[in-house]
Amino acid sequence: MSILINKDTKVITQGITGKTGQFHTKMGKDYANGKHCYAAGVTPRKGGQSFEGIPIYESVRDAKQATGATVSVIYVPPPFAAAAIDEAVDAELDLVICITEGIPVRDMIRAKYKMQGKNTKLVGPNCPGVITPDEIKIGIMPGHIHRKGPVGVVSRSGTLTYEAVGQLMEAGLGQSTCVGIGGDPVNGLKHIDVMKMFNDDPQTEAVVMVGEIGGSDEEECARWIKDNMKKPVVGFIAGVTAPPGKRMGHAGAIISGGKGTAAEKLAVMEECGIKVTRNPADMGKLLKSVLK
Amino acid sequence: MKIHEYQAKEILRKYGVATPRGFPCFSVEEAVEAAQELGGKVWVVKAQIHAGGRGKGGGVKLAKSIDEVRRCAGQILGMQLKTHQTGPEGQKVRRLLVEEGADIKKELYAGVVVDRGSQRVVLMASSEGGMDIEEVAARTPEKIHKAAVDPMAGLTDHDAEDIARKIGIPDKAVAQARDFLKGLYNAFDETDASLAEINPLILTGNDKVLALDAKMNFDDNALFRHPAITAMRDLDEEDPAEIEASKYDLSYISLDGDIGCLVNGAGLAMATMDIIKLYGGNPANFLDVGGGASTEKVTEAFKIMLRNPQLKAILVNIFGGIMKCDVIAEGVVSAAREVHLKVPLVVRLEGTNVDLGKKILAESGLPIISGSNMADAAQKVVAAAKGSN
Repeated sequence: MSILINKDTKVITQGITGKTGQFHTKMGKDYANGKHCYAAGVTPRKGGQSFEGIPIYESVRDAKQATGATVSVIYVPPPFAAAAIDEAVDAELDLVICITEGIPVRDMIRAKYKMQGKNTKLVGPNCPGVITPDEIKIGIMPGHIHRKGPVGVVSRSGTLTYEAVGQLMEAGLGQSTCVGIGGDPVNGLKHIDVMKMFNDDPQTEAVVMVGEIGGSDEEECARWIKDNMKKPVVGFIAGVTAPPGKRMGHAGAIISGGKGTAAEKLAVMEECGIKVTRNPADMGKLLKSVLK
Repeated sequence: MKIHEYQAKEILRKYGVATPRGFPCFSVEEAVEAAQELGGKVWVVKAQIHAGGRGKGGGVKLAKSIDEVRRCAGQILGMQLKTHQTGPEGQKVRRLLVEEGADIKKELYAGVVVDRGSQRVVLMASSEGGMDIEEVAARTPEKIHKAAVDPMAGLTDHDAEDIARKIGIPDKAVAQARDFLKGLYNAFDETDASLAEINPLILTGNDKVLALDAKMNFDDNALFRHPAITAMRDLDEEDPAEIEASKYDLSYISLDGDIGCLVNGAGLAMATMDIIKLYGGNPANFLDVGGGASTEKVTEAFKIMLRNPQLKAILVNIFGGIMKCDVIAEGVVSAAREVHLKVPLVVRLEGTNVDLGKKILAESGLPIISGSNMADAAQKVVAAAKGSN
């Protein structure tokens, strides 16, 4: 088992004819069961063409109808990415993973508004994607650093997630699913949503939760964990040294009005029984210590 | 992106938000002319810098004659204005706003922000104006009133009037306050702002609502569709190193330590700063080179870090995913050669083609210290920075 995606998932690449879309669709297709997973691409006015043997359709609706795909990944440039999310939601896909970085917040507020009452889940934007190791990779993460195993990973960052995975591998621990929820202030699944899925997933035995400064999603997740989580969770929050009022690379990584500090998040997580480390080099070791 | 108060007021007036009359001025003479043009008996001379807390720092002065306007403008223009937001070195004042004096009966607050919890835009208002709103929120949260806005419908008459009444606007001014608040929301929405704040919002002696101060920040990701706002950018208000970095699509923030860091990815870049601190060092900067760390980008990043006279050592921390370690290693070697690097350089590489990358570093003939993992690299760079004292 795993969460969100597995070897039987059928994927549509939105923006398949762009450079990034092509590159990562090829990488995804070459990973594990990818050949059977990457079913379709969508680029308006390029319907009927194909890329690497993957048929291209005019719209997500057409692609879904023709191939039965239920998940899409978006590599559309920022000015058009929110419309791509809307299209996937309108086509009633189960899951949309938006990799695009730099979507205006105003567009995301509207996209999320339109998702109300719909069943489509959104991961991202501004995220590395989702991988269920040795089964399927949807996104821009390096596949080869992962192995199938018992640890769930949820994170707002890209390379820091790879770092966590690298440390898990060093400790001999594979992953059930790794979910990069992205670094934007208005986004899809939050830590808490992914945590609930890991809690219900029989393969996942423990979870690494990686957060960063800005907002209060980690705190909200921590409080839920305290009352509901059946599995051990370890955590790290990046940005203890970040100055207030400065946006640290990610649009959502900002301490504003004294809120959203790493210290505050770490304190709440500890209060809620999550083992946290202030050393980003210790995430793997810490997880291993709670697994026995 | 941030803009000045006078620019924010120009935008807000277009949306029906009432402000005192006033003119931006770049010299004492212009300030005098502005006061004469405005007429009246009282003027306010206001320093225009991006940081808040200008009044307390002596950057806002009341003048009761044209001579006083001249004197105040002379004092403020060119001064190194220190506020709680500028840091100890302060910010040089290059622009003024000269406004007509206002008859203040009551100071209130109104702001529009993105609320991450509800994932909506929220109008926030309070009867407690003219002070730090975060303090008001912490001390007397019951005095902050909020309305989450439906993005399709916009701020409704009902919500705007309700908020106006809650912050103590008298009945006869509620209609004007409603239009004022709706204008504020519309300005925020249509310009892709990330903050629009009126503090204080005042009620005048004859019960009119006015924006005495105004602050607007904008979503950098949306500037592509707002050329007029982009043109308001004032580079004098920004850190030269950060401006230089942005030209090369590098995300850079100056800090006050002495260990430069060059990292791929924002989260890992923050974690790298954190681990340097944890092992007793002090990071000199945040620097995310992004996904495509080309030789050119790495070279420019080195140059920007080396402009800092405090710099004692550099840590390069790369988790190569799609970006291959050998490509990064070549970039680092060529950059180190080009800038004739004199400070110790610690490099930690992990990920795709890591062995090839390490080989390139080892065979470069450069005194590069290799870190086997993040902790090892951080300890080595802290030691190197201390050793080069």
